[in-house]
Amino acid sequence: MDSTSESPQLTSMGNGGSEVETSAPQSLLGMRGLSKHFGPVQAMQNVDLEVKAGEVLALIGDNGAGKSTLIKTIAGIWAPSAGKIFWKGKEVHIHSPRDAADLGIATVYQDLALCDNLDIVQNMYLGREETRLGILNEIEMEITTRKTLADLSVTTVKSARQLVGSLSGGQRQAVAVARAVMRESEMVILDEPTAALGVSQTAQVLELIKTLSSQGIAVLVISHNLVDVFAVADRIAVMYLGAMVHTGPIGDYDTASAVELITTGTLGRAGTSVSSAL
Amino acid sequence: MSISHEQGPTPGPAAPGATLSNVKSQLKTLWQGDTGLVPVLLGLLVLVIYFQIRSSVFLSAGNLTNLFTQATIFVLLGMAEVWLLLLGDIDLSLGYVMGLSAAIATILVDNQFHLSWILAMLVAVGVSTFIGFLHGTIVIRLRLPSFIVTLAGLLVWEGVMIWTIDSNGSGGTIALNEKVMYDLVSGQLTVLVTWVFVLVLVAFMGYSMVRTYQKRLASGLDVKPFYFIIVKVVVLAIAGIVMVLVFNANRGSFTVIRGMPFAVPIDFAVLGGGSFLLTKTRPGRYLYAIGGNSEGARRAGVNVNRYRLMAFMLAGFTAGIAGLLYASRLGGISDGVDGGNLVLLAVASAVIGGCSLYGGRGRMIHAVIGGVVIATVYNGMALVGIATSAQYIVTGLVLLAAVSVDSLARRGNTMLR
Repeated sequence: MDSTSESPQLTSMGNGGSEVETSAPQSLLGMRGLSKHFGPVQAMQNVDLEVKAGEVLALIGDNGAGKSTLIKTIAGIWAPSAGKIFWKGKEVHIHSPRDAADLGIATVYQDLALCDNLDIVQNMYLGREETRLGILNEIEMEITTRKTLADLSVTTVKSARQLVGSLSGGQRQAVAVARAVMRESEMVILDEPTAALGVSQTAQVLELIKTLSSQGIAVLVISHNLVDVFAVADRIAVMYLGAMVHTGPIGDYDTASAVELITTGTLGRAGTSVSSAL
Repeated sequence: MSISHEQGPTPGPAAPGATLSNVKSQLKTLWQGDTGLVPVLLGLLVLVIYFQIRSSVFLSAGNLTNLFTQATIFVLLGMAEVWLLLLGDIDLSLGYVMGLSAAIATILVDNQFHLSWILAMLVAVGVSTFIGFLHGTIVIRLRLPSFIVTLAGLLVWEGVMIWTIDSNGSGGTIALNEKVMYDLVSGQLTVLVTWVFVLVLVAFMGYSMVRTYQKRLASGLDVKPFYFIIVKVVVLAIAGIVMVLVFNANRGSFTVIRGMPFAVPIDFAVLGGGSFLLTKTRPGRYLYAIGGNSEGARRAGVNVNRYRLMAFMLAGFTAGIAGLLYASRLGGISDGVDGGNLVLLAVASAVIGGCSLYGGRGRMIHAVIGGVVIATVYNGMALVGIATSAQYIVTGLVLLAAVSVDSLARRGNTMLR
C-alpha cells in the first residue's frame, strides 16, 4: 500500500539529484524505486532505502522477502531492472562487484569466501597483494593486517600467520569483515553474520559491528535473529514479498511488532512511525 | 598459577620437567611448516637402514649417486604434477609428454637435423609447454575434468611419441649422440665446484633466513628464537656436506669418477625456481588460493582460468625438462617408454612427499623427497634381488599409505573447525 503512494514522489526525486540530498542530508547510500525481476518473477519491487554514515541498519524479512536480491544489487552482482542508486547524493551505476568496491561498499557473504589453506594475512590480501619488484611484501602485509585487526578490536586471534582453517566461526567472520574494511570501505554489507555461530562467537561479531559503526562505517546487516538485531541496530528496514514495508529507528519496534511486520508485512495497530526515509 | 606456587619451594625436580616440556614445544615449532616432512623422512631412514642391512653396497657412493640420478626423473615429473595437484587437478599424460620431449630433443640434435643442443632443448620444452596449454584450454573452455582430458592425452601423446620416433626410420630407438645433452645426467661437476655449489647453496639459505628474521624484528613482528635458524642451518650444512662427500668419493671402477652429476643441480634449479614462484609471487599465491577455495579466489578478483591455464603450462614445461634428462639418462629414446607407469610414479612421488590430491596443500620439496623415496624403493629392491613384480606391489602399497595419510589429515583438518 505504501509503495503505491510513494511512486510519484520517487520519480520527482529521481529527476533532481539535489532533492535527494535535501531529503536525507546524512545519507551515504540511497535507493529510489529499485526493482529487480528474473523473467516473470518479481524479486524486488520499488524499494526505497537510505543508509546513513556510521549507522547500523538491519535489513530483516522472511525467506524470499528480497533481502538478498537487494544486497546483491548494491554489491554489483547484477544490475537493477529499474530504479536508481545514489552514493553520497550522486547517482551511481554499479555494474560489478569491483564497481561497488571502488565506491567503498564491501560485502561479506554468508559463506565468507575465505581460503582455509591460507593464513590470515594471505586471505586479507588475496587478489590485491603488496609486491616489491614482483616479490610479495609479506612484512608490509602482516603489519597492516595486524593493525586492521587491532583497529577492529579483534584480540582473540593469536597470530596473523594462523591458518584460517584453524579459526573459530567468529574469528573467521572477523577476518572476512576485516578484509572487507581494509580497503577504506565506508559501508559494509553483512549477510547473516551470526548464523551458525555460538553464543560467545555471536557476541564477538556483534561487538565487531559496533566497532565498525563507531569508526563511522555504515553497516547494513541482514539477520534472521531478532535478538541480535535489537542488540546492535540503530534502524530497521523490513521487507515483505519483495517490497520495503517499513523502516524506522530501532526504538519504534519491539519483538512482537517486528515479527508481525516480517510475517504479514503490516502492523495490526496503526503504523506508529512510518519512517522519514519512506 | 597454583602449580607454580606448589613447585616454588622445590625447584630441583620442577626445573627439568619444565625444560623438557619447553624443549618439546619448541621442537614442535622449530620445524613449523616443515613438520609434514618428518614422517616421510623417518620412513626414508627406515628404508635406507633396511636396504643397507640387506645389501652392504646400498650406501656406497656409486650406488647413492646412481640412486640420485634414478630419482631425477621421478623428482622432476613429480614437481610437474605439483603445479596441478595444488589446484586439485592432475595431468595423467605427463609421462608421454616427457617421452615426446625426449624424442624431439634427441631427433633434433641427430645427424638429420643438426640443430644445436640449446635449440633442440628449447623446441622440446616449448612443445611440452604447448601441450600443457592445449590440455588447460580444453579443461577450462569445455569445463571437463582434467583427469579425463589428460587420460585422453595419455593415449594421444603416446601415439604421437611412437610415431615421432618410428617415422624417423630408427626401428624404435634413437641414440643420443650429442655431448652436452648426453652429459646432463652422465657428466659431473668437478670436485671443487661440487663443494662450492653446495656451500653457496647452504650459505644462501642461511642468509635469507637471517635476513627475514632481521626484517621481521625491525618491523616489530614476532619472530621465532634465533637459534632455530642456527639449528636449521647446521642441519642443512650437515646434509650438504654428506651429499658432497658422497658425490666426491671416487665411484668409478676403471677410471676415477668424482663430482656431483649435472642432474642434481638441475633438480635444485627447478626446485628453487618452482618454490620461488609458489611462495614469493602472486601467481603462486593464487594457485594455493584456487586450490583452497576457487570460488573465494574468484570473488577476491583472481582470474581463476588464467592461473589454471598457467599451471597446466608449467606442468608441461617441467615435464619437458624431465624429458631432456630422461633422454640423457637413457642415452637416447625408445618407443617403449612406459609413460603411463612413470606418470603414476610421479603423482606418487608428490603425494608420498606430502602434497595433497585435494588441492591447496603441497610444495615442490614434497616431490623431491617423494621421488627419492620411490627411487630408494626401486634401487634397494633391485640390489636386494626382489622381483620386479614385488617392486610394483610395494610401490603401490606405499602410494596407498600416502594417500590414506593425506585423506585422514584432510578430515582431521575439517574436524578442527
